[in-house]
Amino acid sequence: MTVPHIGRIAAGALLPAAILVVWQLAASAGIYSAAQLPPPGEVLSALGELVRRGELWHHLAISTQRVLIGFAAGSALGLTLGGLVGLSRAASAVISPTVQAIRAVPSLAWVPLLLLWLGIGETPKIVLVAIGAFFPVYTTVSAALAHIDPHLIEVGRAYGRRGLPLLATVLFPAATPAILSGLRLGLAQGWLFLVAAELIASSMGLGFLLIDSQNTGRTDVMLLAIILLAVLGKLSDTLLGVVSKRAVTV
Amino acid sequence: MSAVPLKISGVAKEFTASGRRHAVLAGVDLEVAAGEVVALLGPSGCGKSTLLRLAGGLDTPTAGSVLVDGEPVREFEPRCAVVFQEPRLLPWRTLARNVAFGLPRDVTGDRARDEVAHWLSVVGLADFARHRPRQVSGGMAQRAALARALARRPGVLLLDEPFAALDALTRLRMQDLLADVQREAGTTVLLVTHDVDEALHLADRIVLLGASPDGPASVRLVLDVPGALPRDRGDAGLAALRSSLLGELGVRTPAAVAP
Repeated sequence: MTVPHIGRIAAGALLPAAILVVWQLAASAGIYSAAQLPPPGEVLSALGELVRRGELWHHLAISTQRVLIGFAAGSALGLTLGGLVGLSRAASAVISPTVQAIRAVPSLAWVPLLLLWLGIGETPKIVLVAIGAFFPVYTTVSAALAHIDPHLIEVGRAYGRRGLPLLATVLFPAATPAILSGLRLGLAQGWLFLVAAELIASSMGLGFLLIDSQNTGRTDVMLLAIILLAVLGKLSDTLLGVVSKRAVTV
Repeated sequence: MSAVPLKISGVAKEFTASGRRHAVLAGVDLEVAAGEVVALLGPSGCGKSTLLRLAGGLDTPTAGSVLVDGEPVREFEPRCAVVFQEPRLLPWRTLARNVAFGLPRDVTGDRARDEVAHWLSVVGLADFARHRPRQVSGGMAQRAALARALARRPGVLLLDEPFAALDALTRLRMQDLLADVQREAGTTVLLVTHDVDEALHLADRIVLLGASPDGPASVRLVLDVPGALPRDRGDAGLAALRSSLLGELGVRTPAAVAP
């Protein structure tokens, strides 16, 4: 790791540290009651308590699993359908108005329907995450493929590429940066929809931890759940960023 | 593939823009013998590039026929290779991999590597094989584009104002390079240019394309350029030809004004 790299990480840690300090000051100044704003120390001990009882890994693991499976399914569908719409004008004319309309439906609106159709098991939660991951991927992929420099496409054709070889050698590589940022957006939206899914009808996961802490008046756990969501979201985005950087430089 | 002849007969091309038909070329006849270098000269917008695109199967003519080695040209004709005005390299590939993009499909493995190395060294880019297009100058990128076209071992090499965007010195070097490469590879070359000196320096024959006022363009004049290649840029014999060509293009030169 290079020195400027460490410097960047330190710069990125400045703001969270400042927030921590302000939080501690606000909590000890007594502006809010401890029930409204527990100090950072209490949140830390709530973390220790959950770890000791072995519950934390459960919540983390099930939430991560839901996001990963849902993201995989949603982004695969987004890549396929986005690719189709981006490459074929006919497919775009038929498919895109409907997809745009479905996209306008807020995430929570799906929940009652998914519960009705799929029950209260894992499936509706994964499907909701998949819905969330699908749209950013679909939108960026279709737009990226539709706006590739026609000069490059002509070069591909002039040098004998058509069909799949053209897709593999020109279209897909040209769209890769946009596709990767679409995947990152999709992953972020997957986490967003996960919480929507877990807030309703679940017995495990970070969203459940949120709603459960609200019901039991455990503000420390609530804050912990929010922080964990932030950390997991950032971590998965960073991982995807590293993987995609590798993919681009190969 | 060895050099093949190109025959264009009675070719016309019309474009339709916002409901109105616009004729660009009409009744164009042109024959290029195998291994010959023909320069297509004309003012900008006269349809030179359109004719070149028809020869490469990038567009289809409204009327007439284009024959490559006696057979009708196909869509994106595999026997032709095009160098465009812009390098049009694939930015995510190294120069070497861009040159490899031009290889015929049956050239693979070690042979492919050797071919790529060969053409890179022909255009003087052996040391830049692993660079990406945006890391090199415009002239180098255009040389890589030329290498990509040559890697295809085309029967006909189609050059669409390939040096127009380069600075004057680089352009002269590229012209010399092209002359050397053509001598080595022996390909048939159709070169679109609006540069009279470039045409005189490189071509066996110059075909002047021109339009009747407001009408479609066709061949106005065909000139055999005297003197064997490679030519001396300072050749006095070419000076007269130069001023008459410039005169045909509507540029008045002192020589043309005072006979």
